[in-house]
This record gives sequence, structure tokens and C-alpha cells, in this order.
Amino acid sequence: MPSIVSVKDVRKVYDSGHEALSGVDLEIQEGEVLALLGPNGAGKTTLISTICGITTKTNGTITVGGHDTVTDFRAARNLIGLVPQEINLEPFEQVINTVRFSRGLFGKRSNAAYVDEVLKTLSLDDKATAQIKELSGGMKRRVLIAKALSHEPRVLFLDEPTAGVDVELRKDMWETVAQLKAQGVTIILTTHYIEEAEAIADRIAVINKGKILLVEEKAKLMARMGQKELRIELAEPLQALPAGFEDVDLSLSDDGGTLIYTYDTAGERTGITSLLTDLQKAGIVLKDLQTRQSSLEDIFVGLVHKEDEA
Amino acid sequence: MNLTAVGAIYRFEMARFFRTLMQSFLSPVMSTALYFVVFGSAIGSRIQEVEGVSYGAFIVPGLIMLSVMTQSISNASFGIYFPKFIGTIYELLSAPVNFIEIVIGYVGAAATKSLFIGLVILGTSFLFVDITIAHPLAMLAFLVLTCLSFALLGFIIGIWAGNFEQLQLVPLMVVTPLVFLGGSFYSISMLPPFWQTVTLFNPVVYLISGFRWSFFGTADVAIGVSLFAIGFFTTLCLAVIWWIFKTGWRIRT
Ligand SMILES: Nc1ncnc2c1ncn2[C@@H]1O[C@H](COP(=O)(O)OP(=O)(O)OP(=O)(O)O)[C@@H](O)[C@H]1O
Ligand SMILES: [Mg+2]
Repeated sequence: MPSIVSVKDVRKVYDSGHEALSGVDLEIQEGEVLALLGPNGAGKTTLISTICGITTKTNGTITVGGHDTVTDFRAARNLIGLVPQEINLEPFEQVINTVRFSRGLFGKRSNAAYVDEVLKTLSLDDKATAQIKELSGGMKRRVLIAKALSHEPRVLFLDEPTAGVDVELRKDMWETVAQLKAQGVTIILTTHYIEEAEAIADRIAVINKGKILLVEEKAKLMARMGQKELRIELAEPLQALPAGFEDVDLSLSDDGGTLIYTYDTAGERTGITSLLTDLQKAGIVLKDLQTRQSSLEDIFVGLVHKEDEA
Repeated sequence: MNLTAVGAIYRFEMARFFRTLMQSFLSPVMSTALYFVVFGSAIGSRIQEVEGVSYGAFIVPGLIMLSVMTQSISNASFGIYFPKFIGTIYELLSAPVNFIEIVIGYVGAAATKSLFIGLVILGTSFLFVDITIAHPLAMLAFLVLTCLSFALLGFIIGIWAGNFEQLQLVPLMVVTPLVFLGGSFYSISMLPPFWQTVTLFNPVVYLISGFRWSFFGTADVAIGVSLFAIGFFTTLCLAVIWWIFKTGWRIRT
């Protein structure tokens, strides 16, 4: 399947001389939700701005829907909706007017029914005639989303859509993303909340210092790099790790009440059976067992950390 | 050409103008009324006639020009600077519009606003003095061209300005002196010969003179020269805009 967004060897050097993107390659599939993760200053916003035409690239090529974003910018940008990271809105405008303006700016004929529908989806219908300055921060962010959706984009960029948004609204936002995905909209979002990427993304890309470190299907990524922890609660706390277990990946919690065994889910054998047998032989009585899948966060931190050391 | 987008920008800008209609009109009308009282009545009572016209009537074209020029510049420069300042420019930059369409939308709206203001001042002046307009069509053409060219200049200033001080700088330091010294309130022939020569380097002189000609049929400089001057000034602004368009100067990082 051809990609809907194709970024090839894109480099961006700002006027200040700072290289914010150093050779980014990224293929985004039609209809997917791609989460772009990376620490502050990694280049996420720069990458999105470059695709959307807000900043110029130093070199490389970008196509959206097969249209070059420079030579055929109208066709490319017609497909794109952008929700910027910063809340940039005119304080004295009415919600409905700024949304209509966005639609017109993208060359779409006015369509009151569609605009009303967008406002409704984002629970902004009762705020349609309110001035932007009267809205709360979370509502303002929804106005930005409404503006981006006003012209019926095929590709939607969400730059930290849930920064500073409460739990309930975040769940709403995830809901909205799911709905849009169901309508076939391709979504690229950046976030610092790993659980967000876990919850809604199909694929995950990690960027650091202007380079894409990895792009992987979420499930595969977690399976490939995921490690599991088996936590064994003991009936009697131990002073130290029992003898004869030095060779296995076993550690004792600080209070001595829990043994923690780490294993690879992708491995041939997990070693759980033999561990439990050996513990029984050593006369250790178990109270409870728990397993925990290591989160994307662990993977992410591991990756970025490794990169920073290199 | 994305005409829908041009229309959207134009309407959005005009909506801002109509929302603050009172302020938009009040200050130019107010200051014009003041000029009439101070210059027209107080000083005018000592000056009999200038070039066969009562002094009160003589200053009307200059007053309109003064307002229209400053309003065009401030409307257009603010119009494009404001989105830069509050960050909504991201939308213009990511929309399927080119720079020329953005210019038409913003400059068109700014010029329309100042045209309105110019006409309102003209209407106001009928209350104070007795004037007839010798060449109404030429008068309108001069007015429209001045609104457009100064709105273009304002747009360039708005693109160039990096902060509010710079936004005020050019209008305050360059345009206001040129307009005041451009014969708004006097005929150049009233100046000593040396200053008459100096004045001829002031482009605004040609605009005001031409505009005044359309009212009274008399002018400081030949009407052809005035037409050439306004045409030249408009072309110059368009050339700069074209250059910005080609180089992307100060628009995209
Ligand atoms: N206009 C600019 N001029 C110069 N440098 C810039 C500019 N914008 C961003 N940068 C630099 O480019 C790098 C990448 O910035 P970018 O905003 O893309 O990061 P980000 O991944 O979006 O970070 P965050 O998570 O904080 O939003 C940073 O080092 C930043 O300082
Ligand atoms: Mg960012």
C-alpha cells in the first residue's frame, strides 16, 4: 500500500544554525494512527511544521497523498489538518466564526451543517457563539481541533493534543481519534504520555535529536522489546537472596517480602517452572504471584537513554 | 487562485472592523473635526483664500489624505502583524494559499476600511465647509489608489516588524512627517523657493496635489506628474511584495 505521507531524507537547519531534523525518513500509511514519541526538543513539532508548510526544509522531499509539499503545495495541503502544540487563537473571535474561517481558508465552500456537526462531535455546540477568551484551556484546544477538521482533512496532525488536559477530556480526545480513524482519517499525534500512545496508536515512531530511532507496530514493539516481571510475594520475608539463585535474573525487594523475576516473553522458555520448583526445593513458601508487562515507557526510556549515551 | 480563501480572509478582517465600528470611525472623525476647528476656523479666519478656495475647504483633501494614508498603513500592518504576534499565522502558512492570495485578502480589507473612513471624513467635512468636487471620478480613483498603495506599504511593514515598536516606527518616523510636510495644510507655493524645491522630493506632495486637483481643478504640480507618482509608488510596493513572495523573506522560518 502506498504511503499517504512520505518523508524522505528531510533535514532542517534553523537560521540559528541548529539542526532540528537530521535526515528523517518516515512513511505513514493511509488510515493508521501513528504516535510520534520523543523528549522535549527532539524535533517532533519541527517535523510536523515541515510537512504542513509552516517551516521550510533544508533538504529532502515530502509528499502527501502523492503530491509534493513544495511544488504541488495546494493539493498536498488540501489533505492536511493541523492542530498545533501552542493554543493560537484570536481571543475576541467567536468560536463558530474562526471555524468557518478555517474552512474558507482551505478553499471549501461554506457548509453550516458540517461545521455544526464538527462542533457537536467536540462538544462545542453550546459554545458556538462564545468568544474564544471565555473558554477554558481544554475547550480552546477543542476549538483548534474543530478548525483543523473544518475542511475535512484526510490526514490530521495532532501536536500534543492532550497536554494540560484533564483525564476525562483526554479520554474524550481518544474517543474522537478513534471516531476519525473509523472514518478513514490518517492521524499523526505527538505526545509525552506513553499510555496515550499505548491506548490509541497503531504504530509508534520514536524520534530523538532530529533522528527517527524506530518505527514499529505497537503490538510488535511491545512483544519484541517487552519484558515481563514475575513478582513473587513471600509468606516470610527474606534477609538476602537465597543461595543457588545467583545465575537467574532474580532480585529481592527492599523489604525482603517479594522476589522479582524478569524474563523475556519472546524467549523459547521463560524459566518460570524451574524457578518455582527450585524455590520450593529451597523451602521458600509463596503467598502470591503477579506478572507485569513492561510498558512502552520502559522501552522508550531505554531507547532514548541508549541514544544519549552513544 | 484560491478565491474562496481570499474571500475568507477578507470577510474575517472586515468582520473585525465592523465589530469595532465605533472605534474605527470615531477616532478619524474626531481628529478631523479637531483639525477643522483648529486649522479651518482658528487659523483659517486669518487666511483669506488659497488658490481661490476658502482655507477651510482647501484643507479638506489634505485631511482626507492624511487619515487615509495613516489608516491604510496601520490597518494593513496590524492586520498581518497580529496573526504573527498571537501565533494564528500558522494557519495561513499551512493553508493551500500562496502569498499573493494572502496579500489580496489582507490588503484588500485594509484598503476597504480606510476607503470607508476617507468617505466618512469627506461626509463630515460637508458639515463644516462648503465644497464642490470638480472631478468626482478622478477623486475616487485617487482615493482608491492611495488606500491600496498605502495598505501595501503597511502590509510590508507588518511583515517586516518583529515587535510592536517596529510596527509603530515607520509610520511615526517616516510617514507622518512626509504627510504633514506634503502640503496637507498649505499650498507649496506658500513656501520660500528653497523649501519648495526640497518639498518636491516628498512623494506625498504629488498625491495630495493630485487629489486636491480632483476637488478644485488647481494643483501644485501637474496632474500627469501626480498620476505618475501614485502609479510609481504602487508599482514599487508591488515589486517589494513580489520579492517577498519569491524569497519567502520573514514569512517562514
Ligand atoms: N524557530 C526556531 N529557531 C531555532 N531553533 C528552533 C526553532 N524552533 C525549534 N527550534 C529548535 O529545534 C529543536 C526541535 O524543536 P521542536 O519544537 O521540534 O521539538 P519538539 O520535539 O516538538 O519538543 P517538545 O516536546 O518540547 O514540543 C529544539 O532544539 C528547538 O530549540
Ligand atoms: Mg513540540
